[in-house]
Amino acid sequence: MGSGAKKGAVTRGLAMVAVLAAGGLAACGGDTGADEVNVYSHRHYEADRRLFEQFTEETGIRVNVVTASADELITRLENEGEDSPADVLITVDAGRLHRAKSLGLLQPVSSSVLESNVPSHLRDGDGHWFGLTRRARVYVYASNRADTADLATYEGLAEPVWEDRVLIRSSSNVYNQSLLASLVAHLGPEAAEAWAAGVVRNMAREPAGGDTDQIKAVAAGVGDVAVVNTYYLARLADSEDPEDRRVADAVSIRFPNQDGRGAHVNVSGAGVTRHAPNRTNAVRLLEFLSGDEAQALFAEANHEYPVKPGVEWSETLRAWGEFRADTLDLTVLGELNDEAVRIFDRVGWP
Amino acid sequence: MAVGLSAARLTRLRAVPWRWVGLALALVAVLAVPIVVIGAGVLRPAGPSWDHVAGTLLPAYVGNTVILVLGVGVLALVLGVGAAWLVTMTRFPGHRFFSWALVLPLAVPAYMAAYTWAGMLDVTGPVQRLVRTVVPGMSDAFLQWNVMRIEAVVVIFAVVLYPYVFLLSRTLLERRSGSVLESARLLGRSGWSVFFRVGVPLVRPAMAGGVALVLMEVLNDYGAVKYYGVPTFTTGIFRAWFTLGDVDTAIRLSGILMLIVLVLLVLERWQRGDARYSDAGASRFTARYPLRGWRAAGAVAFCATPLVLGFALPVAQLLAWSGRSAGTVVDAGFLVLSLNSFGLAAAAGGLAVAVAVVLAYAARIERGRLTAAATKLALLGYSVPGAVIAVGVLVAVLALDRTVLPGAATLLTATVLALLFAYLVRFMAVAFLSVESGFERVGESVRMASRTAGASPLRTLARVELPLLKGALGAAGILVFVDVLKELPLTLILRPFNFDTLATRAFQLATDEQLAASAPSALMVILTATAVLVVLHRVLANGETG
Repeated sequence: MGSGAKKGAVTRGLAMVAVLAAGGLAACGGDTGADEVNVYSHRHYEADRRLFEQFTEETGIRVNVVTASADELITRLENEGEDSPADVLITVDAGRLHRAKSLGLLQPVSSSVLESNVPSHLRDGDGHWFGLTRRARVYVYASNRADTADLATYEGLAEPVWEDRVLIRSSSNVYNQSLLASLVAHLGPEAAEAWAAGVVRNMAREPAGGDTDQIKAVAAGVGDVAVVNTYYLARLADSEDPEDRRVADAVSIRFPNQDGRGAHVNVSGAGVTRHAPNRTNAVRLLEFLSGDEAQALFAEANHEYPVKPGVEWSETLRAWGEFRADTLDLTVLGELNDEAVRIFDRVGWP
Repeated sequence: MAVGLSAARLTRLRAVPWRWVGLALALVAVLAVPIVVIGAGVLRPAGPSWDHVAGTLLPAYVGNTVILVLGVGVLALVLGVGAAWLVTMTRFPGHRFFSWALVLPLAVPAYMAAYTWAGMLDVTGPVQRLVRTVVPGMSDAFLQWNVMRIEAVVVIFAVVLYPYVFLLSRTLLERRSGSVLESARLLGRSGWSVFFRVGVPLVRPAMAGGVALVLMEVLNDYGAVKYYGVPTFTTGIFRAWFTLGDVDTAIRLSGILMLIVLVLLVLERWQRGDARYSDAGASRFTARYPLRGWRAAGAVAFCATPLVLGFALPVAQLLAWSGRSAGTVVDAGFLVLSLNSFGLAAAAGGLAVAVAVVLAYAARIERGRLTAAATKLALLGYSVPGAVIAVGVLVAVLALDRTVLPGAATLLTATVLALLFAYLVRFMAVAFLSVESGFERVGESVRMASRTAGASPLRTLARVELPLLKGALGAAGILVFVDVLKELPLTLILRPFNFDTLATRAFQLATDEQLAASAPSALMVILTATAVLVVLHRVLANGETG
């Protein structure tokens, strides 16, 4: 009886493989015809899913998606080479787009729509990638414990006044890597390393958790200032959980370096892959994502700043007001990423 | 009967059935391709960031890894062996319940436990809210207590992974308990003394095997340690490969990790020695030690603690989060996610058991060192971080794709076959160790008898040994099923387009810091795994009586 049951289970297992495989084949069919576009994306937001559906509705082009971290997707692209089915690579950071470009995984695109929608400092000079949303890395602080005068610049975070008061996540986080890369670009490597060492000295605790956790830690009084991306605070402010909203109410936001170069801004962006089998569709998708409709949804549903000038922001973003953004060429963030990571490791920023 | 055996027949019986061995070696060769791809990288010159990684990162990373391995190893042993002893040898309120419930934390992926603990204990979590309401003037020091530290990681790993030790120890104790312990007690030794002098030596193989599994899981975890900011050896691999873009350094690091695990596996073998355990004559009827008063309370507390920490609390927190998000998250797409998860896990479980049977049986009938050594190679996949295996599989599958179907990476992008292959590479150790221990338990005599009676090796396996093994086979299939259900990096990297599973959805939303939205998927993973583990309990229980 036992062996019969077991054999049954194995047979069922194998049948399952066949069914799944057939389902997979039916879903994609290896068809590189004109009515689909294949996307490798690091973004797994609800907003993106809605946008892809809208794109399909408008154009009849089906969007196939694999989501994973940009680093893993880049590795997959590298290994697939010219056999890769991917048409579009979407990441949440310019540094990774730059890496994809320098590994020869992307191809130049010239599109008047993209060029007019995306300001030139938010896209690659050769058209290998285009920013789609902006995220500012800002201070979130406890207004009753922190003096805003000490929060004027990123540089100030390394000052002794902040000893044991700074909350920031680990250096494996790409947003921190890009922030440090921007400091390397503006201040030079020595000053940037001194800054990183100063911040490590000032940390209220060993880096742990995500940006939301840093904001909560400010509210709890673990530290007095956190360095986070804007949309995390917007999400807490918009949350259905009253406790989350209480946290958002308890803290204040400040955009650094407003009297100088402006707050550090990174982009989530996309590029067309080198061997894209559906190149035309890929370009159409990027154009769609940079258009008014999509840009407004990015802003509304995910609280990211649109790249396209003139697109309305979400209410929460409007309440924080306009700010001066650093216009450093984002390609530089990619070029200096390696250097930034090494600095983090040398100063012992976990 | 034996007297009448001719010399020729004896020779034939003793002859190694090379066809089996050949099949097993072929399977090992296929499974080993991704591992060899990684292993071969160790011989290549170090990458450009080797000095940087080895000089600035590894000392601290290795330090953390050693703390985790030692801490989790010891704690999992104490919890696993202690609880197994209590539920098999003593009688206290709830011992029957605990004897199966203590396996449940295995259903909870470590990173989900990590996220829920942090969510429960942070400033918006229920614990702090309660404290603030009850004691408004509660000191800041308590409110600022931070769970995200290495000590918490040790506890989290221990309370979700100890069931490996518990399960193996419990099985051994149930089988061998009888006469040995009875006589030990007749000699007048106290309960504690029997535990340390007789019980512990008895379960040594289970301790070694269980801890080997626990530590392999610890070594390749990335989710929990990343979230809690505790960089480990695996963090180093990721930093070198993905952040610094230095494949050679990452591969060298992975190779070192594989070597460490190989040493662990060899040690486990070595401590077992040549001893062959079999159940012949073991009695399963033991008078349990009755525990009363504070001893009974202590036993309940000892068993309840890991169950609460590793299972009840994470599930409760996920339920609370799901209550907030289920309305928007659970829709038709959720059903598809569930079916994807179940289908993959069932297929991988079935395949893994089939392959494990071939390997274990070959190793057993060949009785030489060749197959035994070769199968070790097939087990190494369990030790290497999933993301690294994924790249090994990617290279192997793409090579096959290019030769068989030139110009299209079809296997990978259009089917789940590459993913299933990756699961086999990754989880063969789980299936194999379980099947192998089953074979060991059956002992040699049954097979020899069947072979002597003229049955072929295949017939002996199918008609005589597999039915005796059905408990072990069921256990192997279910453990792989649960592992695949929870698996992340392989699934993320190797799945075809538009193919999500419960685990990938839960993880991606959690890393996006949308914990409430991730909760229903996470809960579904845990509840399904729980249901299957309850079935496992039944299978094992039936296996013993039937």
